[in-house]
Amino acid sequence: MSDLNQKMVEKYKGNFLQEVIDNVEEGETMKMCMQCGVCSGSCPLGPHWEYPPQHIFMLIRAGKRDEVMNTDSYWNCTSCYNCIARCPRGVQITHVMHGLARYQKTLGLTPKNQPTEKFSQLFWDNLVKKGRVNELKLGLSLYFMNGFGEGVKTAMKNQKLGMAMMKAKRMSPAEMFGGHGIKDPAGFQKMVNKAHELEAARIAGEES
Amino acid sequence: MADEMKVAGYICTGCGIGDRLDAGQMEMIATREGRIASCKQHEFLCSAEGVKMIKDDIESGEATHVMIAACSRRAKTDAFSFGETPMARANLREGVIWIRPEDPEQDETTQEMADDYIRMACNEIKQMKKPERSAEQELNKNILVVGGGVTGMTAAIEASKAGYPATIVEKSDHLGGALAGFSKKVPSKAPYAEPEDTGIADMLAAIEADDNITVHLNSKLSKTSGAPGRFIAEIEGAGVTSEFGAIVQATGFTPYDANNLPELGYGKTPDVVTQLELEALVKDADGAIKRPSDGKEVESVVFVQCAGQRSTKENHLEYCSGFCCTTSIKQAMYFKEANGDINTTILFDDLRTPGAGGEDFYRAGQEAGVTFRKGKVSEVDGGLNVKFDDLILGVEDNIQPDLVVLATGMIPNSGVNIEAIAPKADDEDDAEIDDDVVAVIDAESILNLDYRQGPDVPQLVSGFTDSHFICFPYETRRTGIYTAGPVRRPMDVEQAKNDAMGAAMKAIQAAENAALGRAAHPRSGDLSFPKFRIEGCTQCKRCTVECPFGAINEDEKGYPQFNEARCRRCGTCMGACPVRVISFENYNIMTISEQIKNVDIPDEFDEKPRILVLACENDAYPALDMAAATGKVEYSAFARVIPVRCLGSVSTIWIQESLDSGFDGVVLMGCKKGADYQCHFVKGSEMAHYRMGKIGDTLETLSLEKERVAIYEVAITDIDKAPQYINDMAATIEEIGMSPFKF
Repeated sequence: MSDLNQKMVEKYKGNFLQEVIDNVEEGETMKMCMQCGVCSGSCPLGPHWEYPPQHIFMLIRAGKRDEVMNTDSYWNCTSCYNCIARCPRGVQITHVMHGLARYQKTLGLTPKNQPTEKFSQLFWDNLVKKGRVNELKLGLSLYFMNGFGEGVKTAMKNQKLGMAMMKAKRMSPAEMFGGHGIKDPAGFQKMVNKAHELEAARIAGEES
Repeated sequence: MADEMKVAGYICTGCGIGDRLDAGQMEMIATREGRIASCKQHEFLCSAEGVKMIKDDIESGEATHVMIAACSRRAKTDAFSFGETPMARANLREGVIWIRPEDPEQDETTQEMADDYIRMACNEIKQMKKPERSAEQELNKNILVVGGGVTGMTAAIEASKAGYPATIVEKSDHLGGALAGFSKKVPSKAPYAEPEDTGIADMLAAIEADDNITVHLNSKLSKTSGAPGRFIAEIEGAGVTSEFGAIVQATGFTPYDANNLPELGYGKTPDVVTQLELEALVKDADGAIKRPSDGKEVESVVFVQCAGQRSTKENHLEYCSGFCCTTSIKQAMYFKEANGDINTTILFDDLRTPGAGGEDFYRAGQEAGVTFRKGKVSEVDGGLNVKFDDLILGVEDNIQPDLVVLATGMIPNSGVNIEAIAPKADDEDDAEIDDDVVAVIDAESILNLDYRQGPDVPQLVSGFTDSHFICFPYETRRTGIYTAGPVRRPMDVEQAKNDAMGAAMKAIQAAENAALGRAAHPRSGDLSFPKFRIEGCTQCKRCTVECPFGAINEDEKGYPQFNEARCRRCGTCMGACPVRVISFENYNIMTISEQIKNVDIPDEFDEKPRILVLACENDAYPALDMAAATGKVEYSAFARVIPVRCLGSVSTIWIQESLDSGFDGVVLMGCKKGADYQCHFVKGSEMAHYRMGKIGDTLETLSLEKERVAIYEVAITDIDKAPQYINDMAATIEEIGMSPFKF
């Protein structure tokens, strides 16, 4: 994966803005950022980011690729959309944040043990199996994300809640075995594979 | 029979005046005490019927002078307008009933107030004469434009379009000024997306084709004398002397000397250039823009904003030149247009893009891929390494471009700072005038005015010519001479063109007004002008020094020579004159003195003090009127308010007379003074403060407390403060007691 990263570095020769415009969802819109800082001021988690959105945009304009591609800041975005609602220049900040996270992952640069990234991967893996999310399995995989011992502990802690949900028929232990899926799982798989293919072709196409 | 004065009084009983006040009593006071020939009442005086009654009386000869007791002199001016017939107005509405509460216990003092205003108006009007218009000049439609840059060219073209022949005097060998050296200019039309043609070629063609525009290149003014309507200019170089009606000074700017900025690399390497030098590089470039040192094609360029500007460091400019941010965006776009891959970075502290399209042009720059970084440059070294603090990220950073462009500012070409060399009156100290001129401008005079007060128009700060920023931007302190463009304040091309149009229009007005013998701004249309009694004059020169407009020269014997068309009718000379020989036909020492003397002063034991309020007619008086109109404010019934043309026209004799005759306190209200003055006559309020600073001696000789005289700065919006100052004086009198001078 870091081969791709290397290729990108060579391709854009320090024009990081162009790299972002080409590869990040809605990246084009950030050209209009005027550094007012309303996005950072509106972000409920802003103070906890290494670089709040305003700084990320400035770093991109300043061509600071390492800083931007090695931070886990944008993984903290909760999609509250406050920033987009308030941005006077129409920058699609939330989308750019997710786009940056996705691009970072594509390049294999995501910092290790980034919890949001881990969850996203688990969610995706769970989803593509049957075409819909199996909540029981997703929950359990989250419990056991950090090892068996911790998983058992967390499960025991939530035992009462689990029993109550089963009584209320909000959760079925049967889901553990196979679980239900969508009508045409094969078609769904084909669709996902096609999307992967298109994405790969896009990156390959841009490389040429 | 023109000499016989017949004063007719008219008392309006409308707007509640008749309900609150005893009109019969006022009529009796007007005829018996005021001794005017006749007095009538009308229930709606400003109606067509009421106005007709007055006009009929004037026509039939029953009235040569008119006393109207109704609303404020600022209200119903269209209805109460009787040409040159002198008129006095007693302010019974805003001045009495609206600022006094409706309360039977107060009725007595309210009526006394009204009665006094009737007495005052009746006595004021008797001191007024029909003004004789000044006949010193005839209509001269020629407009002289000094400076042939974009401002001067626009002024000449606009004046000519309006039918006024223009003459351009330009010191260099070509028209177009700084803009002639530009490739393109910042866009002036929507969508404000791309740099546009400078338009200089079109303007040159227009001037070439216009028989009404004369151009003198390689010329300057060796002498300018006269007044509006009769300026005489000796044009050196062209070798002609011509007469002009008015002058537009569009002498533009000199670029700031970047040699003062070695810390930004200027002089260390030819690859650090100013914006103007970059324009030349771009103009010379055939295709790609190359850097001066080795001819390498520029692949990355950094613009350093505010270079030597907005800084208090020595040899730096304190102000923002206002044009440089958009110019840098434009110049970055030159590079982007040539090759989109060129890195263009604008390092700014505050990005300021004035004008209607400024923000759009900034966005267009962003769209084009120009990088804007908020950063303060600390150093540019000879190797072109630009060190700066990134103010967003809070880190030090550096860029190594191929070319650095410094956004340096403009210094006005305003000629000699006459206040620095001004002759002073005998006892005047100079503490009030602050000379915080930052850059020293070459001291060669531009206009070479043959005025006693110096060869150029006065400057305000940093060498820019003085003008009233809020109300009349083109008016300098020399009537008939209007400044436009960067000599007045820093500005860009579009602003300079607008300025030129405004100044050309003012110049046309000045020429026309001078021909009619009328005042120019702000007492537009006033036909009176100062006259003086030569027998009484002591040649003290105060009037010539204190006139804010340089209207008064001295003859060889030292007597004042009034240049009537230069006069703005503020009366500052009248206030200055220690022997009181200067007067206007419709405003003089006696018009106010008689008002003061005819206020009824009750006996000391009546506990009814009297407060004289002298309020500037431009701001303080309207502020009091507006306060009254709110219906929520009241001020002391003991106040008697007299409007004055300018606080500068206030003679100390009025203060002395009022205290002598038993007034308990005096309140003066004028406009804001100082560098950010709001005085309509520039220096009037300042002069008044200066003179009143010395009133303490007068009070001492009378054994009166200093607190009895107060002077305030009041803006037209101070509708709370103005009445409060009067009430403060009432409270002060209560504290220190009544004046002992009541007889």
